[in-house]
Amino acid sequence: MGRTLYEKLWDAHVVAEDGDNTLIYIDRHLLHEVSTPQSFEILRQGGHGVRRPERQLAVADHSVPTQDRAQGIADPQARDQIALLERNCAEFGIEYLALDSADQGIVHVVGPEQGFTLPGLTIVCGDSHTSTHGAFGALAFGIGASECGTVMATQCLSQSKAKTMRVTFEGRLAAGVSAKDMALAFINAVGAAGAVGHAVEFAGEAVSALSMEGRMTLCNMVIEAGSRTGLIAPDATTFAYVEGRERAPQGADFGKACAYWRTLASDADAVFDREIVIDASAIAPFITYGTRPDQSVPVDGRIPASGEADDKALRYMGVSAEQPMDALAIDHVFIGSCTNGRIEDLRAAASIAHGRKVAEGVRALVVPGSGRVKQQAEAEGLDRIFVDAGFEWREPGCSLCVAMNNDRLPAGARCASTSNRNFEGRQGAGARTHLMSPAMAAAAAITGRITDIRSMAR
Amino acid sequence: MSTPFPLTGPVGVLLEQDVDTDIIYPARFLLLTDKHGLGQYAFSDRRNDGDFPLPLDASRPILVAGANFGCGSSREHAVWALHDFGIRAIIAPSFGEIFYTNCTRNGIVPICLPQDVVAALAARDGETLTVDLEACRVTGEGLDPIEFDISAGHREALLNGWDETDRIVALYGEQIDAYERRQQAGGLWL
Ligand code: SF4
Repeated sequence: MGRTLYEKLWDAHVVAEDGDNTLIYIDRHLLHEVSTPQSFEILRQGGHGVRRPERQLAVADHSVPTQDRAQGIADPQARDQIALLERNCAEFGIEYLALDSADQGIVHVVGPEQGFTLPGLTIVCGDSHTSTHGAFGALAFGIGASECGTVMATQCLSQSKAKTMRVTFEGRLAAGVSAKDMALAFINAVGAAGAVGHAVEFAGEAVSALSMEGRMTLCNMVIEAGSRTGLIAPDATTFAYVEGRERAPQGADFGKACAYWRTLASDADAVFDREIVIDASAIAPFITYGTRPDQSVPVDGRIPASGEADDKALRYMGVSAEQPMDALAIDHVFIGSCTNGRIEDLRAAASIAHGRKVAEGVRALVVPGSGRVKQQAEAEGLDRIFVDAGFEWREPGCSLCVAMNNDRLPAGARCASTSNRNFEGRQGAGARTHLMSPAMAAAAAITGRITDIRSMAR
Repeated sequence: MSTPFPLTGPVGVLLEQDVDTDIIYPARFLLLTDKHGLGQYAFSDRRNDGDFPLPLDASRPILVAGANFGCGSSREHAVWALHDFGIRAIIAPSFGEIFYTNCTRNGIVPICLPQDVVAALAARDGETLTVDLEACRVTGEGLDPIEFDISAGHREALLNGWDETDRIVALYGEQIDAYERRQQAGGLWL
């Protein structure tokens, strides 16, 4: 019987059978400031060194300020945490991308754009959205801080094999519909815990047609359906993205690598534990109304009827059963995050913002995913478009995706956000988050209301 | 961290579904770089709600929880905070996967039981139960013993308080060396 992409990646990394688990080798580890202070403590307490320092790459993203960086970091706790990462990396010989470097950014944006993320690898990070890197056909998953310590000391983790799920998007997306809408539609279809225990492979015409940016958006959000691992088979789009990036194989090595990467796709006769088919052509722009990522409707839909809807979530969100989503007033907009902070996302938002103005009373932030994304956007003049329209153009970081820095929303604020979690308090205690695509968030900024992008596209 | 098992103590109940790690441990406290003393931040944005069902005095070592408990962010702070909050076992129909592993690394036993069994246990708020990890069984007065599954690796680690890093180094050092040699011979770009 044939093997799936997941099984091929798994088999290629087995170090030893470990009782009822398997010890697998970890090729790459990304570090950020929030989940690693305690990991380094574990190394010190256990007297361990870092086994392969060159397989680790560190960057600060979660708690970094996104403006006035020249003045240093005002919050003493954030300043200490970031300084600690830098010191730990220096002590253990790990490369750290400094805050004032153009390479700094969100871990899941930085890894791929530098070619640190490659097909065929196992990649971990103390962050649940590590699934992002699966877009390259890498086995990538989020882990806890203790596991980060284990990886640095041993390059291994003891894991149990996941079940497999294939999600096939048939047909093509309609105009105005993006990878974010595919992700939200998938999560809506299976539920917030619907993919627990499964490695999810995305396939089908609409997936093949996605750019690497779109594929990353899709794989990024599998954790919101409970899965740690999203996967897409590497193909010509993948190779074209990877080629020439500085940490990727070069020259003849690149050719050899591609030959291997081509063998990773699931075999035609591979059997998945679960198969789901979604009609991509029928997906409308999606938007969440509640406090879980599966509490979503198409923008032209209504919140479910009472009894079906989660009343506690509706109360928190200040919305009511059967209310239409269209025209709901918002007061904040966040465009950014590891889900939608890449160049293509900023282009989509800018195409809506161009020549228009942010509605009165709305505060709208654009936070590029990395310094390189920021530079590229500025080279294309996107920053001017945003600033002229009244958006704030910020330095790269997680920002309002997790509200750990000084970007925080007040209680009761209602935000159109391109991030990945609409949990209670995620953007600030008492703040309300509606997840949507970058174009939809830009449209909401302009009109001050949830707006069907299909009525605004030019 | 090893916990003496069997573990006997009163039950706390938080039956809401999909309690994510942002609810257990709000992000603004992630700026702390220690893992001790975090219990005071557990459920920070919920603990003052009139209907928050858990006593805040670390008196309930066994938590009966709703499905998909600990979903969302990988933050291990959620587990450190619950441990500091006195919790040593969590019984739920399902867990966020990263949270589940984080529990096994920190002396909290995650126990998956069917929805109806969890619902029946939830009716025992404040009563005393025993989690016998050796026998993989939950017992209590007037309760038919309930068996549960946990992987042998996790069970051993929890029972012995083993450090996972030390264990891997001790047991598999040579295999890791051998794997790296094989990988070097095969893939030049690694
Ligand atoms: S952007 Fe948000 S989801 Fe992504 S790594 Fe940062 S905090 Fe996590």
